[in-house]
Amino acid sequence: MFPILEKRLLAKGIYLMKIQAPRVARSAQPGQFIIVRAEEHCERIPLTVSDYDREQGTITIVTQAIGVSTKKLCAMEVGDALADFAGPLGQPSDFVKEPVEEVRKKRYLFVAGGVGTAPVYPQVKWLTEHGVEAEVIIGAKTKDMLIYTEAMGKVATKLHICTDDGTEGFHGMVTALIEKLVNEGNHYDVVVAIGPMIMMKFVTLTTKKFNIPTVVSLNALMVDGTGMCGACRVTVGGETKFTCVDGPEFDAFKVDFDEAMRRQGMYKTQEQRALAIAAERAAGHKCNIGLDK
Amino acid sequence: MANKIPRVPVREQDPKVRATNFEEVCHGYDLEEAVLEASRCLHCKNPRCMNACPVSVHIPDFIAALHERDLQKASDVIAQDSSLPSICGRVCPQETQCEGSCVLGIKGEAVAIGKLERFVGDWKLNHGAKTVNDTPKNGHKIAIIGSGPSGLACASDLAKWGYEVKIFEALHKVGGVLVYGIPEFRLPKDRIVAREVEEVKSLGVEIETDVIVGRTVTIDSLMDEEGYEAVFIGSGAGLPRFMNIPGENLNGVVSANEFLTRTNLMHAYDPNYDTPIYVGQKVVVVGGGNVAMDAVRTAKRLGADSVIVYRRGEEELPARKEEVHHAKQEGIEFRMLTNPVEVLGDEKGWVRGIRCVEMELGEPDASGRRSPIVKEGSEFDMECDVVIMALGTMPNPMLAHSTEGLETNRKGCLVATEEGATTRKGVFAGGDAVTGAATVILAMGAGRKAAKAIDEYIKSK
Repeated sequence: MFPILEKRLLAKGIYLMKIQAPRVARSAQPGQFIIVRAEEHCERIPLTVSDYDREQGTITIVTQAIGVSTKKLCAMEVGDALADFAGPLGQPSDFVKEPVEEVRKKRYLFVAGGVGTAPVYPQVKWLTEHGVEAEVIIGAKTKDMLIYTEAMGKVATKLHICTDDGTEGFHGMVTALIEKLVNEGNHYDVVVAIGPMIMMKFVTLTTKKFNIPTVVSLNALMVDGTGMCGACRVTVGGETKFTCVDGPEFDAFKVDFDEAMRRQGMYKTQEQRALAIAAERAAGHKCNIGLDK
Repeated sequence: MANKIPRVPVREQDPKVRATNFEEVCHGYDLEEAVLEASRCLHCKNPRCMNACPVSVHIPDFIAALHERDLQKASDVIAQDSSLPSICGRVCPQETQCEGSCVLGIKGEAVAIGKLERFVGDWKLNHGAKTVNDTPKNGHKIAIIGSGPSGLACASDLAKWGYEVKIFEALHKVGGVLVYGIPEFRLPKDRIVAREVEEVKSLGVEIETDVIVGRTVTIDSLMDEEGYEAVFIGSGAGLPRFMNIPGENLNGVVSANEFLTRTNLMHAYDPNYDTPIYVGQKVVVVGGGNVAMDAVRTAKRLGADSVIVYRRGEEELPARKEEVHHAKQEGIEFRMLTNPVEVLGDEKGWVRGIRCVEMELGEPDASGRRSPIVKEGSEFDMECDVVIMALGTMPNPMLAHSTEGLETNRKGCLVATEEGATTRKGVFAGGDAVTGAATVILAMGAGRKAAKAIDEYIKSK
């Protein structure tokens, strides 16, 4: 069992949890993910590592209560323990594997959207610790949905905030802010985008115009996370890759985003049905026509 | 004359009923049926059945004890060679092993060795004394990677000889393919697998789940930092193959591994679990092995019309005869000599059908089976909502990639000797990780051989 040591509400429906998982903490690298199963009846949920502390033996995860299992996870409190917490899985970010003197020659721009902001944090922290410049854009629909701004401000070379409705920072989409920064003469060697699939798709269309090499972290559907099921298949450069073992980070210019978005919806009908049944059950209603069977 | 008694038939759930539930298909023998069937054994001086068993269970001896109604003794005889009789009695391909070499089978029907083993195994789980291991610990630590059949068999033997054994399992449940692959209706998970795993634990074997060796820890860290003197790799063949045909990434195309893992490990058939699964109205399963049969019978139970599409003929089906027979009873359609060339999608990217060609059989290929050849102009379309690819599996490259000096062959299988020694000192391997996808009992046999080799290695150090 993996105890929850800390829990914080970051924005509506978005929670941070610090989990005691010494083995995972010892091996985790920026860019990797873990699989969590809150309790026996839950799905195995893949979540990108949002921070790790090797001394304390903890891993930080950030999750949004959307589906039945993520809601159960988010309902757990400090003192509860998660049934399963396995990882780290997938490949670490490329810069972890490259010679650090090569990485230092580059200037990074991170584009973080929504709950995807959290996994950007350990990457920026790693780069800063290794003397690499990394600017960060955090984007959200509105001010109240911004997360990690304070923590990111401490590790980023420069932090840019933008909201779709202009309630904080730049008024507009992250793509418009990227264009503005580049047009103002800022030079970036690598863009790393982590967020909703649709955001990553449009960031990629933007960076392609400027020919800035771009990396995205895909949040595909998974069951085991070790290469066994193939649910996370994604087409990269015309080849089928498994997000769990070949990724989760890929060369954005080669990713078939439309297919990836479509594949994320594979179980949407079933999930909506499960959510509806869970809500009915919570309200004390017993289905009389057997829909919950 | 003992062999005048016909083979005692085994009771099964009615096919029409069982095609709608996940309860076990076969009810097994009761005591009287088992004793009667045991009376058919001729107790050959040179027991061919025992030689044909990959773990050399003393078959005539346990059957003799069973005939005398001494179930404790029958159970003890099996336990010398196998710690998983309830599992093996259910999933072994007896028709090509013990029962396939039974003398009675030459002119009539072989003794139902599998059903008898199952009866004794189940009796032990329900009535037998808990296994006690009184061998003193010898202080040597051995790590086992994977809690499937080969790992459990290797761990059992080593623990019996006094080793301190710990199994590391990547998933959250213990049993490997026994829990994620083989369906509940063939091998009940809580009633059989979990309890036989408990038996292994009672020998003193420790099991840690949620540890992915190659990611969470490495073979090197286990040996250098955690003090394990030898490692056995029983990580199986978990990577699914696809056909590389157009349309394979449409919504509705899944590997048999994903489909079975969702239902078995993740209980998608049980409304108390959150796991979603999709079958639509009609499911096509591509392949002819045991995994294909498991997938197609699972799809049927989840309410879909289910079809097997296989490129060779019925004679060539690699699945066990019993599984094919059960599938047909349950109303599964078999489209033999048929091969998919494309998965067809609708405008939203969901499967709407599958395009196939008809095949005919030509000359025998390297596997000795007649190779299928495409019939010119035979292309046709079949409507379906889901396509399940059951084309076999390969070993996961994660371990080989993360361990220096561990060699693999062209097929990605670990290179190991007959005894299980890999190219890395102190590291042994067996089961599907070495052979590619095979059977539970062969994996167990390999695990036992490797246990012997590990024992010799430690003693010679």
